Amino acid sequence: MSLQSLDIKRLSATTVEPPSAREPITGTVAKLIDVTKCIGCKACQTACMEWNDLRDEVGENHGTYDNPRDMSEHSWTVMRFSEYENPNGNLEWLIRKDGCMHCEDPGCLKACPSPGAIVQYTNGIVDFHEENCIGCGYCVSGCPFDVPRISKKDNRAYKCTLCSDRVAVGQEPACVKSCPTGAIVFGTKEDMKQHAAERIIDLKSRGFDQAGLYDPAGVGGTHVMYVLHHADNPSLYHGLPNKPRISPMIGVWKGLAKPLAVASMAAAALIGFFHYTRIGPNEVSEEEEREAIEEAQASKEAHHE
Amino acid sequence: MRAPKKPLRPNQLSYWKNYRAFHVSLMKSWFGDAAQASNNWGYDYLPKLDKPYDLMQAIELMHQGKMNGYITQGFNILASAPNSKKVSEGLSKLKFLVVMDPLAVETAEFWKPHGEFNDVDPSKIQTEVFRLPTSCFAEESGSLVSSSRVLQWHWQGAEPPGEARSDIDIMSGLFLRLRSLYKTEGGKFPDPILNLTWPYAKSYSPRPEELAREFNGRALADVVDPKDATKVLVKKGEQLAGFAQLRDDGSTTSGCWIFCGSWPQTGNNMARRDNSDPTGIGQTLNWAWAWPANRRVLYNRASCDVNGKPFDPTRKLISWNGTAWTGADVPDYKADEPPENGMGPFIMTPEGVGCFFASKAMNEGPFPEHYEPFENPLGYNPLHPKNPRATSNPAARLFAGDREQLGTHEEYPHVATSYRLTEHFNYWTKHAKLNAIVQPEQFVEIGEELAKSVGVKAGDRVKVSSKRGHMVAKAVVTKRIKPLTIEGKTVQTVGLPHHWGFAGVAKPGYFVNTLTPEVGDANTQTPEFKSFLVKVEKA
Repeated sequence: MSLQSLDIKRLSATTVEPPSAREPITGTVAKLIDVTKCIGCKACQTACMEWNDLRDEVGENHGTYDNPRDMSEHSWTVMRFSEYENPNGNLEWLIRKDGCMHCEDPGCLKACPSPGAIVQYTNGIVDFHEENCIGCGYCVSGCPFDVPRISKKDNRAYKCTLCSDRVAVGQEPACVKSCPTGAIVFGTKEDMKQHAAERIIDLKSRGFDQAGLYDPAGVGGTHVMYVLHHADNPSLYHGLPNKPRISPMIGVWKGLAKPLAVASMAAAALIGFFHYTRIGPNEVSEEEEREAIEEAQASKEAHHE
Repeated sequence: MRAPKKPLRPNQLSYWKNYRAFHVSLMKSWFGDAAQASNNWGYDYLPKLDKPYDLMQAIELMHQGKMNGYITQGFNILASAPNSKKVSEGLSKLKFLVVMDPLAVETAEFWKPHGEFNDVDPSKIQTEVFRLPTSCFAEESGSLVSSSRVLQWHWQGAEPPGEARSDIDIMSGLFLRLRSLYKTEGGKFPDPILNLTWPYAKSYSPRPEELAREFNGRALADVVDPKDATKVLVKKGEQLAGFAQLRDDGSTTSGCWIFCGSWPQTGNNMARRDNSDPTGIGQTLNWAWAWPANRRVLYNRASCDVNGKPFDPTRKLISWNGTAWTGADVPDYKADEPPENGMGPFIMTPEGVGCFFASKAMNEGPFPEHYEPFENPLGYNPLHPKNPRATSNPAARLFAGDREQLGTHEEYPHVATSYRLTEHFNYWTKHAKLNAIVQPEQFVEIGEELAKSVGVKAGDRVKVSSKRGHMVAKAVVTKRIKPLTIEGKTVQTVGLPHHWGFAGVAKPGYFVNTLTPEVGDANTQTPEFKSFLVKVEKA
């Protein structure tokens, strides 16, 4: 399902070396979400639904502004509203656009056992190819940001694609295009880091001493980054992980259990082979066969009596 | 007719002195040959207002049974006007109601029960309701005027769905039928209807382009230079280039003098799309067209000192170059008037200068005063505690019946304010699935302290009542709303986002205007939506 202009760098559960003739000249891409400029209008949410042909249910109010309440196979991004009273006693309404972070070192892809269900393009975007998905949910446990959602309808995993189809033809993601305040911008990762640095200087000059960029090293950096006023405490923003990393269980599974399993399978095959060559096949003699027929005959007669 | 305003100080322009040219051109535009000097240009055809007929006045007249037919065009009066119950009662007394709207709005179903959200008895309502679906802005061509006075043409992007027709077609159909009734049956005063010009290629469907050319205006005879009668400025039949060409002798037409110049003989200026900004100060004079005269900053002469030098040389709008006013904008001034002659920059006023006191135009002002809202948590004005007449604005308009519907802080201890959410536009977006998904259900916002005192937590249902009605909705409990301390008294505020109603694809809800009072601001008659008294209880 990949587009010609989107070279695949990594595929889940695949060891075949992907094509590598081309390299993205301008490096990888990134979306930068400047939380400090967000007004919570949800234009990005609706643009996402519109571009990707998604329609979630008309739900209920749960006593918050957050709607839909959570991400789903139909809601690949949702706004998270947090009310934070800072040490000076002033209220800050922290609004974070939640969704896939497009990790450089994607836990979902590492955890995925289905070949080609999760791919990472050379531009950094992590994409789910649902036609290869087996619905096991390993990507959900592999994700440090709790992003993928399994559809109840087709039992496959869905999440933000960073509008890979738009990016492939030189357009920005739909959410970026719709943002009325310029809080979401898109470009090369280098440019986005530069833009963030300028924003952080501005924020620091306005008294946000802890302003900073969220590009967590624990997952190799991300292709969706945040500018935060409180980069020292990301969890203020509706539980954004302070130090995200891929669950150690994924490491155990992929790094230890899987090679062990492969080794034991190989060992079983080897033992079988040597057993065959050294001891030979398990053969049945004519005598053994005749005895067996007589036995069967006798039990049949016993039944008739 | 309003008297042309002569200058009150020496050498002032007082541009309203040309009022007669504007008015006669308007009458020629509307009534053509029937408007002549002999009949005072048809002045008697015009209805004369005895008082302002604003929204709340209309509702009051309906409620009194004095207004018996109403056409609401792109306006959901039942949802948008204060005190929904009074509006509903008013609509119930009409003989007919015409609702022109691109959406299936509540107003057209004010008579239909929708459970708790519209608790009415249709057997007691005799109003005949006509629902006329209209096209939406993207389904028609025309001009939109922005608050920066720019008239920008837009082109039809899609066909309207189903039986929807443009507002122009519907109004034309109504007019043609009324005219034919007046023709065949006569009437008390049929002249203004029968003599109205209707010069469109398809009488039942005038094109937006025809209307735009009409409001610009044209020459009915050759228009000559007032200083040189041999010099023809505009030939008979041609479109006028600007309002300076309007005449008071019946030789010109213009449906709206300030729009004269939007569609001259050279074509539709509103359709221009050149965004070049040669001076770099944000003046794109060839993008669309601004009234008046494509001028982008009004009274721009005031950006220069008395000698005609710009106060800010880096952002030069206009300046005096020794013989003329030139620059990045169209001068709002007499183009060849030397600064030393002392003409003031405010060329529309007879004095040539700005005014604090606008004669006859305002009911109050200009200096600030504090008044309490008509429903307020104190019962007095802390600035004038001993003057009950100064508690609330004495110049505001309040009908007798509406005064009786005001509550007191003893009965209704909480202060409510209404507003909208960023997800929404007016009452429209609850008809759009995407907006309904991101804000599906009505809620009210209360502070943590109030939530605790009435015993609710976020997501519980609360009942909010005012003297005029009640609503029930989910509670959003927030730190953003804090108790106020006013004159030593703790006052709790309730936030009521407008939007929901009983129509659309979002979950049905109450109109917030069920609670709001009918109080008109003294100058604008804008209703007092933003501050009134309620009581919050657990539902």
